[in-house]
Amino acid sequence: MSEIIKLSSPSDFESLREKIIKGRDPNRTAVAVCSGPGCLAYASGKVFKRFEEALSAAGLEGEVTLAQTGCHGFCERGPSVVILPDEICYLRVSPEDVNEIVETTLKNGAVVERLLYKGEDGLPIQKESDIPFYKYQQKVVFGDNKRIDPRSIEDYIARGGYTALVKAITTMTPEAVIAEVKDSGLRGRGGGGFPAGAKWEATAKPPADTRYVIVNADEGDPGAYMDRGILEGNPHSVIEGLMIGGYAIGANEGYIYVRQEYPLAIDNVLYALDVLRELGLLGENILGTGFSFDIIVHKGAGAFVSGESSALMSAIEGRVGEPRPKYIRTSISGLRGKPSCLNNVETWANVPLIINKGANWFKSIGTEGSKGTKIFSLVGNVKNTGLVEVPMGMTLRQIIFDIGGGIRDDKEFKAVQTGGPSGGVIPEEMLDLHVDYDELYSAGSMMGSGGMIVMDKDTCMVNVAKYFLEFLSDESCGKCVPCRDGIDQLLEVLRRMTAGTARPDDLDLIEDISVMMKECALCGLGQSAPNPVLSSIKYFKDEYVAHINDKSCPGGVCKALIAYTIDVEKCIGCGKCMKVCPVNAISGDKKKPHKVNNALCVKCDSCYQECPSKVQAVTKIRQADVITAFATSEEAANE
Amino acid sequence: MSDITLKINGTEVTVEAGTMVLDAARKAGAEIPTLCNLEGLEPFGACRLCVVEIVRGGRSRIVASCLYPVENGIDVLTESEKVVRYRRTILELLKARWPLIDKKLLEKYGVPADRMVPRDNFCIMCGICVRHCSERRKENVLGFVGRGIERQVVSYTVRAKKVCPECFDKELSCLRFCPTGVIVNDCATVCPASRDEEAFAKPVRVRDDDNAAAVKKSLGDA
Amino acid sequence: MLGRLAAVDKIIEAHGSDREGLIQILLDIQREFRWLPKEILEHVSKRLDVPINYIYNLTTFYAHFSLVPKGRHSMHVCMGTACHVRGAERLLDRTSQVLGIKPGQTSRDEKFSLDTVNCLGACALGPVMIADDEYLSNPTLEDIRRKADSCE
Ligand SMILES: Cc1cc2nc3c(=O)[nH]c(=O)nc-3n(C[C@H](O)[C@H](O)[C@H](O)COP(=O)(O)O)c2cc1C
Ligand code: SF4
Ligand code: SF4
Ligand code: SF4
Ligand code: SF4
Ligand code: SF4
Ligand code: FES
Ligand code: FES
Ligand code: FES
Repeated sequence: MSEIIKLSSPSDFESLREKIIKGRDPNRTAVAVCSGPGCLAYASGKVFKRFEEALSAAGLEGEVTLAQTGCHGFCERGPSVVILPDEICYLRVSPEDVNEIVETTLKNGAVVERLLYKGEDGLPIQKESDIPFYKYQQKVVFGDNKRIDPRSIEDYIARGGYTALVKAITTMTPEAVIAEVKDSGLRGRGGGGFPAGAKWEATAKPPADTRYVIVNADEGDPGAYMDRGILEGNPHSVIEGLMIGGYAIGANEGYIYVRQEYPLAIDNVLYALDVLRELGLLGENILGTGFSFDIIVHKGAGAFVSGESSALMSAIEGRVGEPRPKYIRTSISGLRGKPSCLNNVETWANVPLIINKGANWFKSIGTEGSKGTKIFSLVGNVKNTGLVEVPMGMTLRQIIFDIGGGIRDDKEFKAVQTGGPSGGVIPEEMLDLHVDYDELYSAGSMMGSGGMIVMDKDTCMVNVAKYFLEFLSDESCGKCVPCRDGIDQLLEVLRRMTAGTARPDDLDLIEDISVMMKECALCGLGQSAPNPVLSSIKYFKDEYVAHINDKSCPGGVCKALIAYTIDVEKCIGCGKCMKVCPVNAISGDKKKPHKVNNALCVKCDSCYQECPSKVQAVTKIRQADVITAFATSEEAANE
Repeated sequence: MSDITLKINGTEVTVEAGTMVLDAARKAGAEIPTLCNLEGLEPFGACRLCVVEIVRGGRSRIVASCLYPVENGIDVLTESEKVVRYRRTILELLKARWPLIDKKLLEKYGVPADRMVPRDNFCIMCGICVRHCSERRKENVLGFVGRGIERQVVSYTVRAKKVCPECFDKELSCLRFCPTGVIVNDCATVCPASRDEEAFAKPVRVRDDDNAAAVKKSLGDA
Repeated sequence: MLGRLAAVDKIIEAHGSDREGLIQILLDIQREFRWLPKEILEHVSKRLDVPINYIYNLTTFYAHFSLVPKGRHSMHVCMGTACHVRGAERLLDRTSQVLGIKPGQTSRDEKFSLDTVNCLGACALGPVMIADDEYLSNPTLEDIRRKADSCE
């Protein structure tokens, strides 16, 4: 902010808003360089620096706005640079491309074709929203990222920011705000899908001198980064939502619990809070309305279970983030024993929209039981990975194939995992399922916070289940027997399966432990921990049976059950496999068939991946006794 | 305090509000096994052996009776089919850690033999010793370290050497309350829970010998 | 040592010497020293009047705290789900092979620490690792070796 004038009335805010909007030319050229985590990893920091230099060299600083923004969504093709107002979308931009962009696009108004997305017909697509990845999305919460510099409150206000807050605190009673949120049907985006309005109401009700509202930005689901995308890119949207919630519930203090692994999100939030305090939009008697509110940021020190509501509140109190054993809702006795309302980042970010556009608008999006949009982190073996926001009710097939572009390397689809470690897998036959809290739940998975991990046919479902249990075994707090020891023993069963030493009745054992955990574990972590295993047994029982009875891994993943060979008929002797083998287990002369020495092979899979996809001479034997037979025959041949 | 009327296995009982279902049920003559519950300590809810089924308006739910306060009109079933089935599995898990667990209990619930992989560390993490020492004795000699399956109970030997001998002969020592007896088994000289020194390093996420030694030092001498 | 404790006092005061600030204080200390030395924990225990057993409970509960010195260079391999299905385990094996240490360990010369993390938010690049501040997308054995050699 250039000069800070403290705002002391709603009309002060209105004149600031008008001033900002008036001072803006909607046709002004702006360059949005993504600095989300994916693009940063692709060196978008350097791209931004180059833009700074190139713009000043070209004398364009005064005419072109340059911003480092949050994630645009299409992380797969990062660094992403979008030129407004025409929304020209350049992908995979390297620092070397910057001068050309400045010269061609910013100076001469033409496009750099080679940096555009190429459609299926091979023709370049200029406008971001015409790219298939974006075309089917409905960006309500996440769409402003490219238009907002997260460090500029003016940008946010210019897009209508804080008008919802002002509307709520000047024209609505707290009850009316709650009623609106209730009416909208907004459900929690952090996991369980609990109706937000009902939770607000329950927190507002019990008599208390102090209440708290809290943002859950712990984002523990490994493989999901939606909340990070919002907080880094548009922190004010979450803050505004939290303030509205504070007003409605009767809280004067809010907390944002962010994992410390998100330093940029923390910095951007802290910066935003400072600006708000200076402006008088945060603190005592906001805009002279009598509403006082402040926000404290609390960093999480790394524990998945701390995302659970009572554990999170313990962590804010500076205690070990263990779930509370008591059967009392946090809406009655939460942080410091006071009524507290915890919602996910995305849940809060939806609130200003609902207040501004109304519950009816919100209800017009989505399905009967699930309203609005949901942001997913579409990742794994899918072509277009990134953050996508779609209306509730879209089918998984649309998301994975229309938006995601299908499976990488054109392999076969096998399953998609939603709901993270508490969720489950969904097979091919169910791809027409709609994303909807209740539909996903009845399929044995859940919406979760929005991780959507796509798996191709080279994935072993037993191995994936084992992966989640390993994660949970480490992340469980270890307090209660069903979870701590239940996960431990389940894991032993899966280890046996992947090692080819499973017992015939192991599936029964899984069943016994799992049903008990679901009802007896102390908190949500233990209660949902069996889900990934149970859902994969439900849909991929064959694979479990193969591991148990045939000692075979159809996915070709479990090291103990596979071996590598090279098909002499197919091998063209290019030597690629030999180069990547870390243990020199492959030998062969140029242009002659190569050979794997199984005594040396550590099954790293490198050769399998390296062999040209047209050739595919490296093959996996996927059954233990076949491997033994093969090894014996090899030995005999060598003698 | 007002009174609450509920049913325990079909029999109506009236108890004071705030009473836990476990106490109400025991008062009514029901037998519910417990491990981590000890009178005078805050309920902990860790062993889950005390689970019971609660029916209200046709909907049933499994809860830990040691920390579920009584409510008007609920039906508590302490040995329903579900409860028996779950308790059996919980006992089976406990037995894997603590092979000396009460045989009668195993028989009563028909716990199958040899399905679980033995984890003979005896301590079942009921936390009684830790809570007793900090909540009641206010000595803070014992503590948990680590999380998940790596969670352990350790003692802080410097403090232990100072305060445990005082406490030891008296009725107040933690070892009197340890349900598994692991405390007495391992060390009866200085601090009851100061077991195998190696144990200190285990819970921490380092596997390297050098690092483990450093962590052990950090924890052990504290 | 005195200098270190003075730095710790500053951190404690910045958080209002408040017991509730314990985790935030320890996070700042961890950032300052890259680990949590015993003397410092004892000092914090006294200053905030929190028993030492509780401090150890807390510092061994949260993954971010380290009770042993960390290397000057940190290598973090992502073990998140997205990276897992794209071969994170093999990447971890390769990194471990190059550095000669297992995950969770620090090399004897305190040059490298190898750790696993869950999701770096760069799933599109998976399997991904982060070497100090640099992201490496599915690096080969050679790439990792080159990176390690370039570290002082
Ligand atoms: C083990 C565990 C971990 C959780 N982690 C998160 C998390 O990282 N982020 C989140 O928003 N909710 C998480 N939750 C859900 C929260 O407990 C809580 O339901 C949610 O934050 C409420 O917000 P919502 O209603 O807006 O979704 C977790 C729950 C459990 C049981
Ligand atoms: S269910 Fe797991 S995470 Fe939750 S309290 Fe029990 S051990 Fe801890
Ligand atoms: S799997 Fe790995 S170790 Fe085995 S032959 Fe192929 S490249 Fe070599
Ligand atoms: S990469 Fe494939 S084609 Fe080339 S030598 Fe190896 S097995 Fe033969
Ligand atoms: S014997 Fe030692 S550890 Fe046990 S309660 Fe007494 S002081 Fe605490
Ligand atoms: S040592 Fe005994 S009292 Fe202490 S946690 Fe273990 S089993 Fe419980
Ligand atoms: S991080 Fe740049 S598009 Fe996602
Ligand atoms: S006695 Fe109730 S959980 Fe242990
Ligand atoms: S899962 Fe590895 S970066 Fe997200």
